[in-house]
Amino acid sequence: MNTRSFPHRHLLGIQGLTAPDILSLLDLADGYVEQNRSVDKRKNLLRGRTVINLFFENSTRTRTSFELAGKRLGADVINMQASASSVQKGETLIDTAMTLNAMHLDVLTVRHPDSGAVKLLSEKVNCAVINAGDGAHEHPTQALLDALTIRRRKGRLSGLCVAICGDVLHSRVARSNIHLLNTLGAHVRLVGPRTLLPSKIAALGVEVFHDMRAGLKDVDVVMMLRIQNERMRGNFIPSVREYFHFFGLDAEKLALAKPDAVIMHPGPMNRGVEIDSDVADDVERSLIREQVEMGVAVRMACLDQLTCGLPETAGGV
Amino acid sequence: MSKITTGRVAYTNVRLLDPASGLDCTGALLTDGEVIAALGPDPAIPPGTEVIDGQGLCLAPGLVDMRVQLREPGEEHKETLKSAGEAAVAGGITTMICLPDTDPVIDEEAIVEFVARRARKIGLAKVYPYAAATRDLAGRELSEMGMLAEAGALAFTDGTHAIRDALVMRRALGYAATFDLLIVQHPEEPSLAEGGMMNEGEIASRMGLAGIPAAAEAILLDRDMRLVELTGGRYHAAHVSTADGLDVIRRAKARGLAVTCDTAPPYFMLNETAVGDYRSFAKLSPPLRSESDRLAVVAALADGTIDAVASDHAPQDQDSKRQPFAQAAFGAVGLETLLALTLDLVHGGVLDLNRALALVTAGPARILRLDAGRLAPGAPADLVLFDPDHAWTVDRDRFRSKSKNTPFDGHTVKGAVRRTVIDGRTVFQDA
Repeated sequence: MNTRSFPHRHLLGIQGLTAPDILSLLDLADGYVEQNRSVDKRKNLLRGRTVINLFFENSTRTRTSFELAGKRLGADVINMQASASSVQKGETLIDTAMTLNAMHLDVLTVRHPDSGAVKLLSEKVNCAVINAGDGAHEHPTQALLDALTIRRRKGRLSGLCVAICGDVLHSRVARSNIHLLNTLGAHVRLVGPRTLLPSKIAALGVEVFHDMRAGLKDVDVVMMLRIQNERMRGNFIPSVREYFHFFGLDAEKLALAKPDAVIMHPGPMNRGVEIDSDVADDVERSLIREQVEMGVAVRMACLDQLTCGLPETAGGV
Repeated sequence: MSKITTGRVAYTNVRLLDPASGLDCTGALLTDGEVIAALGPDPAIPPGTEVIDGQGLCLAPGLVDMRVQLREPGEEHKETLKSAGEAAVAGGITTMICLPDTDPVIDEEAIVEFVARRARKIGLAKVYPYAAATRDLAGRELSEMGMLAEAGALAFTDGTHAIRDALVMRRALGYAATFDLLIVQHPEEPSLAEGGMMNEGEIASRMGLAGIPAAAEAILLDRDMRLVELTGGRYHAAHVSTADGLDVIRRAKARGLAVTCDTAPPYFMLNETAVGDYRSFAKLSPPLRSESDRLAVVAALADGTIDAVASDHAPQDQDSKRQPFAQAAFGAVGLETLLALTLDLVHGGVLDLNRALALVTAGPARILRLDAGRLAPGAPADLVLFDPDHAWTVDRDRFRSKSKNTPFDGHTVKGAVRRTVIDGRTVFQDA
C-alpha cells in the first residue's frame, strides 16, 4: 500500500507546486530507480487500474517512458495516438473527455500541441490527469526527471546555477524547469538569441544572457534545448551554421562552466545544431542517458501518488 | 599623387577643428606613422619631422560617409572601388560605408571580406561594408548577422529596399540586438512608393508623373519605432526627407529609444522643383520633397534630430539616366560634393563649422561605433585640410567618379579640399 504525500488530484504543471510536493515525488522516485535496476521490476501497486496515454502529438520517447512506468506498477496501459482516433473525425476535446469517462479509466496521461488543452481536459474527466506536455506551457515530468538527475549527481539543487540554453520561446521543458528550479532554490539563467526568448521572461525570476560564453560562466548545470528545424531557416535565426557557432554547446564554450559542470538535454538531440557530439557523448559530464532512466522512475512516482488519491471504485459516467 | 611617409609629419599653421571635442583653435597637428601623435596651439615638433605649412586652412578629421553605393562587384561600368576611392579622397572622405546592393549581394562572409580586401589593396578611402539584413535583400529570411559582423560587416540593411514585412523587421531587430548590432532602414512604405517617380503633390500632378506621398516615410518610421520599442533593437533611418518623418524620429529620441537618422545634401539643398523639365538627375529615392519638407530638414539639422549627413552616393551611367523620367534610375553621385554642400549649412548660418563637420565625421562614427572622425592623440591619422571659403562651380565632367549624375551641376558652392590624409599618408592633394 502506498502512502499519499502529494496532495493534488492532477499533475498539470510545476507552477503551483510547493517544495515539499516536489521533494516527495523525487524521494519516491529515488526508490523506483533502485527497483528498476533489479531483476524483478514489477510491482502490483496499480493492479486493476487503467492508464491511458493520450498523445495528440508524436513522441515515442515520452510515451514509451509513461507506458513502461504504468506497466511496471501493474496497471493496464493503453496508448491512444490522436491521429488514429476520432479527433480527426471532428470530435472536440470535450467529446473525447466524455468518451474517456465512459471507459472508467484511472489515470490519463495527455500530450497536446496547444497550451492549456490538458487543463481543459482535466476539468471534464473523472480520473487523475498527468500533463505529458502541453504546447509551450509545461512538461512537469520532464522537469522532475531533470531535477532527480541533477540531485543524484550533485547531491542537491539548492544553490546550484543552471543555464537553460536555446529555444526557450517554444519550450515547455524550459518553463517547467524554471518553476521547479526556482522553487527549490537554484539560480536559473536563460541563454539564447532574442528571437528565441519570450518577452518579459525575466519576470519569471531568471537572468537572461544573449552571449553564451557569459551565460555559461561558472554554471553547475548546462541544460540544452532542442531546436526545431523549421525555426532555423531565416525565421527566428538565420541558419544552422550560425546557430551552432553562437549557441551550440561545444567543448570551448563548456570550458567556461565549472570544471564539474554537467550537460543535460531533453532529447532527441540535433547533433551539430545545438550540441556537439564530443560534448553530448562525454561520459564524465553528459547526463543525457541518465535523464532517460530517471524519466521512468519519476513517472512511476507520479502514477503512484495520483492513484493514492483515487477512490477505491473508479469514476463513473 | 600618393606619397608614402613612414615617419612623422607636422601640419603647422592650421585651424584645428575637432567636432568630437569641440576644439576650434589655431595650432598644429603631428602624426607619427598611422596615428595622430599630438595636437594643440603649439605642440612640440621633434627634429626630423616633415613639416607641411597649412597656410591658415582648416584641418579636421577625414569625412566618414555612411551611405555609399560602390557598384563593385557587379556593375563596374558605373563605379568601381578604385574610382569611388579616388572620388572620395578628392572630396575629403577617408571612410566610406557601402551598401550591400551589389551583385552578388553582400550577404555572405566571403563577399564582406572581398570588398574589404580590395579596398585595402587600393589604399584610398577605407571601406567598411554593410551586409544584407535579409538574404539576397529579399526581405524574407534573416542573414547570418552574427558571423557577418565577425567578418567585418558594420551594420545590417536591405540597402535601397525597405524591410517591408513587420514580422521580418521585428525579428531582424531582435536578432541583431542579440549581438548589439545596428539595423539601417530605407524608411519608405513600399506599397505606397511602388510605381512613384517623384514627390506626390502639385508639381507631380501637373507633370503627369506618379507620386510618392511624404506619408510613405512617416508611416514606415512610425511602425518601426514601435518595433524598436518591442525588441530593444538599435535602429538607424537613412536619408530622412520629410517633416513628418523627422517628427517621428524626434519623438522616438525623446522617449529614449536607440534611434538615429541621417539625411543627404539634396534634401536640405533642393526641393521638388529641381525636377524641372523632367530632369532625371533629380530623380532620387526618396524623392526631392516640398519646400516645407526641405525647411524641416534644415530645422532638424539645427536642433540635432539629424545625427549625420551622408552623400547617398548612387552612381548611374548614361544609359540608366538618359531615359524618359519614368524609366530613369534613381539616385545621384555625391562623394565629391559632400563637404562643400554640408558647409552650405555654415555659410547659410544654420550651424557653426564644428557642428556641421560633426555631421560628416564624429556623428556617423558614433552611430557606427567606428574609431574615426576625431582628432586626438592615438586616433587614426585620417585628416582633411580644406579651405571653407573657396568658391567653385560643380562641373560633373571633372568628377573622378565613373558616373556623373549630379543634380548640382553648375551650382556654385563654397569649400574646397586641399589635402586628404589616410593613416598618415597623403592620398590626395589639390594641384
